[in-house]
Amino acid sequence: MTPPLWPRRAPSGRTTPIGQPTAGVPRRPGTPPPVIEVRALFKTYGHGDASVRALGGPPDPATGRQPGVELRVEQGDFVAVMGSSGSGKSTLMNILGCLDVPTSGRYLLDGIDVGGLDEHQLSLVRNRKIGFVFQSFNLVPRTSAVAQVELPLAYAGVKAAERRRRAVAALTLVGLAERLDHRPNELSGGQQQRVAVARALVTTPAMLLADEPTGNLDSHSTEEVLALVDRLNASGRTVVLITHEDEVARHAKRVLRLVDGQIVEDVRQAPVGGPPPAMRERAHSVAGGLR
Amino acid sequence: MNPFQTLRFAFGGLAANKVRSALTMLGVLIGVAAVILLLAVGNGSSQAVKDSIEKLGTNALTVSSGSGFGGSRSGSGSASATKPLTVEDARALADPSAAPHIESVAPEVTTSQTALNEGTSHTVGQVVGTYPAYFKASNSKVAKGDYFSGDDVLASRKVAVIGATTATDLFGTADPVGKKMVLGGTPFTVVGVLAAKGGTGFQDPDDVVVAPLPTVQNAFTGFGSVSQILVEAKSAEATTEAQGEITTVLMGRHGIKDPAALDFRVSSQESLLTTQADTNKTFTVLLGAVAAISLLVGGIGITNIMLVTVTERTREIGIRKAIGAPRGVILGQFLAESTLLSLIGGGLGVAAGLIGSHFTIVGIKPVVIPESVVGAFAIAVVIGLFFGGYPANRAASLRPIEALRHE
Repeated sequence: MTPPLWPRRAPSGRTTPIGQPTAGVPRRPGTPPPVIEVRALFKTYGHGDASVRALGGPPDPATGRQPGVELRVEQGDFVAVMGSSGSGKSTLMNILGCLDVPTSGRYLLDGIDVGGLDEHQLSLVRNRKIGFVFQSFNLVPRTSAVAQVELPLAYAGVKAAERRRRAVAALTLVGLAERLDHRPNELSGGQQQRVAVARALVTTPAMLLADEPTGNLDSHSTEEVLALVDRLNASGRTVVLITHEDEVARHAKRVLRLVDGQIVEDVRQAPVGGPPPAMRERAHSVAGGLR
Repeated sequence: MNPFQTLRFAFGGLAANKVRSALTMLGVLIGVAAVILLLAVGNGSSQAVKDSIEKLGTNALTVSSGSGFGGSRSGSGSASATKPLTVEDARALADPSAAPHIESVAPEVTTSQTALNEGTSHTVGQVVGTYPAYFKASNSKVAKGDYFSGDDVLASRKVAVIGATTATDLFGTADPVGKKMVLGGTPFTVVGVLAAKGGTGFQDPDDVVVAPLPTVQNAFTGFGSVSQILVEAKSAEATTEAQGEITTVLMGRHGIKDPAALDFRVSSQESLLTTQADTNKTFTVLLGAVAAISLLVGGIGITNIMLVTVTERTREIGIRKAIGAPRGVILGQFLAESTLLSLIGGGLGVAAGLIGSHFTIVGIKPVVIPESVVGAFAIAVVIGLFFGGYPANRAASLRPIEALRHE
């Protein structure tokens, strides 16, 4: 479990203490809060006439109301966000990852309203609640694999011995136990991405955010990384993955399609509880082959 | 993030660009070494002046004939003609009841004569006729033989104590004590050789022959006035009182009422050399300023390199922020890098400065000022912190999304 994070400084004017489920959001008692809850989210770049809408729809001519992005992701879900370039999927990803702030709307991550957090608190959220996997791997140059994975733990203030133990465990999980001391330039693309996945999950975050994680990989490495993500999801980790490839989206339990900053399609491919569809298929085919 | 971890990141960052880090350190190194060395040279030359003050004897006062500096001689004409200094003046100064702060008095006559020894001829710069008190007052010590005595003075014996240069020029390597030499046609017996003082001015202070006053008067100058009177005060602190007493006694003897119209001059060796020391101070300050500028330039070099580093590593900063590095950690990392640059550069600069100060530079033996070492090093480190602060702050306040998009 992640330690309590936000007793340090509550912004003034706030009635509900941060870290507590916010009143006004209906929740059935006994169920865990959704990992992601996004309400009426808008993001525009620029000001006035020059502003460009990245997320959220145009105003309704009849009512004048603007439809924002509404999204709820339950714990253990595996969501693929699809869309062509310019559809706003990267903007959504950046906001979900607390790398960018929305123009308006609310974003509750693991029950915490992210909108009211300051710079320091946001860095703590990124450190403990979110695990990032990028398209271009984004490993720190000239740093060994184990040091890469230790890095988020170091920022979290974990002691050296414990850090090393957890980093080695994470790298073993992604199948890189033999390559602890290799630097990024000594690893293949697939291996680099697996280091990135290990780094993302070493802090046991509430969710794994992957922005086109297989975009720069060949088909073999793509399969490796996706199988890894499947396994992580099967073990209960929430995954949000951005892609424009149907092959990749096939692994998700739920597929969202973004067009012009709005969610136009929301398809469930598998129930929230249970293994992701690709694993189930594999299990079926193995069973069928035996029969 | 513990400090050790931050330091390790900083070392890694510096090691990634070895040539660049080395050149930046070189800038700081030169700055620190320059401050230490140039101040040491300036200090060394002041030290040399101070040493020569001590060599000449800080207690010594010289009374010479003539008006004081800018004395008003053009007044009413009532000022009598300059009365020369005499042996009687010296005797009056030696009276302890009139001048309690005076230790000893030695009247001097000086001339220049040619000395001969077995065919070797040498023109002695200064032939001094005086009393034995001269040796103590002028801080002249014999290295071989002995001083001449009060008896020698009373009996006008033809004995002489010669300077080191004179001894080598006349007698070569032979021991001159007990030997005879002919000075301006008069034979003298050498009784002692003075220890070398080392030259500081135009005149070689070791090219000297010191003989009893009446002997020199008898042979060369005649029994008239004396050139000057060398007075030794009881202590260095008593020189001011002694100076006052000399003025009072001599004013009485010369019948002068107006202190502005003196016909003699009292000067201490110290006052002459203080002027020189002041010049030296200006010189030191100037050198220090030049060195400080080079240290500043070294600091600007750090800023420049750190800005380049931040730009180059914007993406890395973005990655670190995305995985949860707080602002303080990024700030700390870049500050640690710049401080490390200045710390290592400064440390090497101190070493270079200390090694350099063992060599003689333009005839001056540098004397390191300990404060300058500590100061230069501390300033270098502060410069690292200060000049590294701006780039570090820029790195820390980058927005993660923009830093990540940076190529």
